[in-house]
Amino acid sequence: MIAVALDTAGAPAVRDFIRPASIEMPALLKDIMGWDDAALARAGVPTYPCLIDQKHITGELYQFINVPMVVWIDENGRIVRPTEPAGVMDGVRSLDPTTFTMPKDVVEEGKRQRREYIEAIRDWVNKGDKSIYVLSRDEARRRSPRPDAQDALASANFRLGEFLFEIGKRDDALVYFAEARRLRPESWSYKRQTWELEQAGKAAGPEFFAEVMALGDKHYYEPVELRPRSSG
Amino acid sequence: MAVTLIYGDLAPRSVNADPQGDNLWLNSADLRSATGWELKPEGVCKGDVCVPIPPTRSVEFVRDGGNSFNLAAFGRLMGQPVLHDDKNAVWMFGESAESRDNTLASLEAPDFGLPDLDGRMHRLSDYRGKKVLLAAWASW
Repeated sequence: MIAVALDTAGAPAVRDFIRPASIEMPALLKDIMGWDDAALARAGVPTYPCLIDQKHITGELYQFINVPMVVWIDENGRIVRPTEPAGVMDGVRSLDPTTFTMPKDVVEEGKRQRREYIEAIRDWVNKGDKSIYVLSRDEARRRSPRPDAQDALASANFRLGEFLFEIGKRDDALVYFAEARRLRPESWSYKRQTWELEQAGKAAGPEFFAEVMALGDKHYYEPVELRPRSSG
Repeated sequence: MAVTLIYGDLAPRSVNADPQGDNLWLNSADLRSATGWELKPEGVCKGDVCVPIPPTRSVEFVRDGGNSFNLAAFGRLMGQPVLHDDKNAVWMFGESAESRDNTLASLEAPDFGLPDLDGRMHRLSDYRGKKVLLAAWASW
């Protein structure tokens, strides 16, 4: 695995986040993710490359419009499962932000989907292109994100904002961050990253939950079709 | 005047240029070092690719007898998003949607280089020969 942190604040923010002593996860999150104290301790000393993507370069290349999202890439550098949510579901829609609790049936479904996704990854690791979870080229193309001109303009605005933020022009940067959000409202990566740069904690604050609750029929995480539609 | 040019995936760099509204005129001699593109008789070229300048619109792209080139006009011709922040003298040339879309449709995982927590650079291509689960997350 290669983990990429889409963090404009850079390595200090990431390092501070994954320090074992700083990992005070809500009980609900630990329950859903299956994280016990041992797992959290291991998180602070990863055995795989953990990269820092301040400019959201991989976000643009692979269209990571939310996190966590994953791409499966085979030994030949071919995408066998394009960008999709990483074994997560829309449980956040059922979250009570004041108590940080969720209906039990939603919690259990979240656990089930996470377990199922991990098993799919294991199946691929063991079986390679024989895995039923490896998509045909046609299916992979069908599921691939298709950025359009507005998405490209949003990305350019984010990149310009990120550069200005890096050189200390915070207020000027915020203008471009706002434009990136306006151009690509479905990108939670742009929303939450730029909110956090505006004000620490804003990415998980009242504004975030208000926008999640206002999704209506839309998804926070698009459902994952774990198995291919056809055997072809 | 000096402007900061952010061109695609290249590192930001300072270049001498003449910004005129939504147009950015570069010395043709600086064009290659700044972007990799080069002005030739057959058009604007990078490697084996040459893009002809529309014959009826050459004044939009070239002036001063070919010594000055309008990078912004060329970017728009190529479908690139072109932005400029005049207050800070920064010009941003993004990747075109067509280019990004074509890459994803090819199913060839686009390469990239990023540092790890200790500052060591890693490229995706370093891991060719292994399965890679590329996982995006964030501290926010």
